[in-house]
Order: sequence, then C-alpha cells, then structure tokens
Amino acid sequence: MVSVVLFWVLALAAVVFGFAVFRLNSMAQVTFALLASFLAVAGLVVVLGLSYLGVVIALMMVIEMVIMAVFMIMYMMNPAGLMPMSMYHNKAGSMAIAVGTFVVLGAGIFLVDWPTRQGVAAPDPTFALGEALMGGQMLTMMTLGVTLFATIVATVVLSTNRGRYDRFGDDLRAPRADDPAGGGVGR
Amino acid sequence: MTLQLFLLLGAGLFSIGLYGALSQMSIVMIMMGLELMLNGVIVATAAFWFYVAPAGTDGQVLIVVVITAMAIEMAAGFAVATAIYRTRQVDMTDDAADLKG
Repeated sequence: MVSVVLFWVLALAAVVFGFAVFRLNSMAQVTFALLASFLAVAGLVVVLGLSYLGVVIALMMVIEMVIMAVFMIMYMMNPAGLMPMSMYHNKAGSMAIAVGTFVVLGAGIFLVDWPTRQGVAAPDPTFALGEALMGGQMLTMMTLGVTLFATIVATVVLSTNRGRYDRFGDDLRAPRADDPAGGGVGR
Repeated sequence: MTLQLFLLLGAGLFSIGLYGALSQMSIVMIMMGLELMLNGVIVATAAFWFYVAPAGTDGQVLIVVVITAMAIEMAAGFAVATAIYRTRQVDMTDDAADLKG
C-alpha cells in the first residue's frame, strides 16, 4: 500500500518536474527541477528494491546538477530568468514528434504481451550486483572503466585553451614556449 | 503498480526529454533533455528487472551502464560546449550549423 502511494507521488513528481525543466525561466530553477525529477526516479528505483542503485543515482545527480548549474550560469544568457526570452526553435514540430513518440511507445507498452515474473530476487541485490560486476560482467565493468578514462582524456584535450602544439610548434621543436606571458628571469 | 505503469512513466520522461532536446536552442538545455531521456530509460530498466527477471543481475548492470553514460554525456557535452565557445563564442545550436546538409 505504502509503495503504491509512493509510486504515484514519485511518478507524478518525476513527470511534473521533468516538464518544468523546459517551462521555467530561471536557469537555477531549471537545474533544480531536473534534479527533483532525478531524485523522484531514484526514489522509484529504491521502491523497486534496488536501494544501492537508487542512492547512487541520487548522490550522482546531486553533484551533476550542481556542476550543471555552474555551467548554466557560465553559458546561458539569462541565468536568473529576470529577462524572459524565448530560446526555442520548431516548438510545434518538436511537440508533435514528442507526443507521437509517447503514443507509439504507449501503444507498444499496452499491446505487447510482457513475460511474467520469473525467479525471485537475491536476498541482497547489492551483493549480487557486486558479484556480477566482479565476475560474469567483468568485461562490462572494464569497458566502462576504459570509457570513463577516455572521457577524462578527451574532455581535458577539448577544453584546454593552449596545448603543447600551440606552445612549441607543430613539430614540438621550438626552443622556447610561445606563451603570451613570458616566464623566466626577465631576459 | 504494474510493469505497464512504470514503462508508461519511462515513456513519458523519454518523450519530455525528446521534446526538450529537439526544441531548445541552448546547448546546455539540449543536454538536459538528453539526461531526461536517459532518466526514463533508468525507470524502465529498473521496472524490467523487478517485474520480469529479478533473479538475474543483468537489469542492475544495465542501470550502472546507463548512469555511466549519463556522466560521460554530460562531461563530453560540456567539453565540446567549452571548445566551441572558446573558438567562436557560440552557445546556441543555430549558430553552429556548419554541418547542416
């Protein structure tokens, strides 16, 4: 009974806050609306019995949205929403595509004959997940690790202002680094 | 609570995210739309694990993959936004339409 009430409250919150993301003016409000939607989904994951993953989602999304808020204020023209402006293109077409997608997915959801529940959950799903990631799903875990490392390298390369080729030339043979501010002892 | 209700919620979040990703002009808002779409995927995956195959761990592993994809998407997206802003002061998709066919 409690879980049914929780489901409806959290599901409604996830959708309402999700839609608010594209309706609010202030960028700070937008970010925290998205965070609220993520937290509702994390709550639903906990309701389904995956408490570890739910908490991981909640923790990750809190940090991610706070970082996002910083970037929002860096890049958006209207961070506080004091100057309402429209930053949409093809609004009607996008809405039509989104509604169409929802209708198609909904039709599939109700028309497909879903398989029935088979087996029972492990007494401790977190333990089972850990065993899987360190055992049968080790390749998945390693792929994720390598991908994350590649992301670190790629993001640093992309966001660096001046790399070594800017400083030492294309063949890296310049005797001195071409820096805007001279270093050394003032020669 | 049934599998269908959870999937319907996932489809709803996915569609809202799709609307945002298609209609917004700002690169940061587009990334928010993509995150919302993945949010719907998380709900659907957790529901599938619970209602179809709770004995296995594949559903849980898939959620871990999706969470990682969200983190990577945001990091890479902000790096690209930083790079294009640094060279051309562009923060809207309409200003970066060089590859438009």
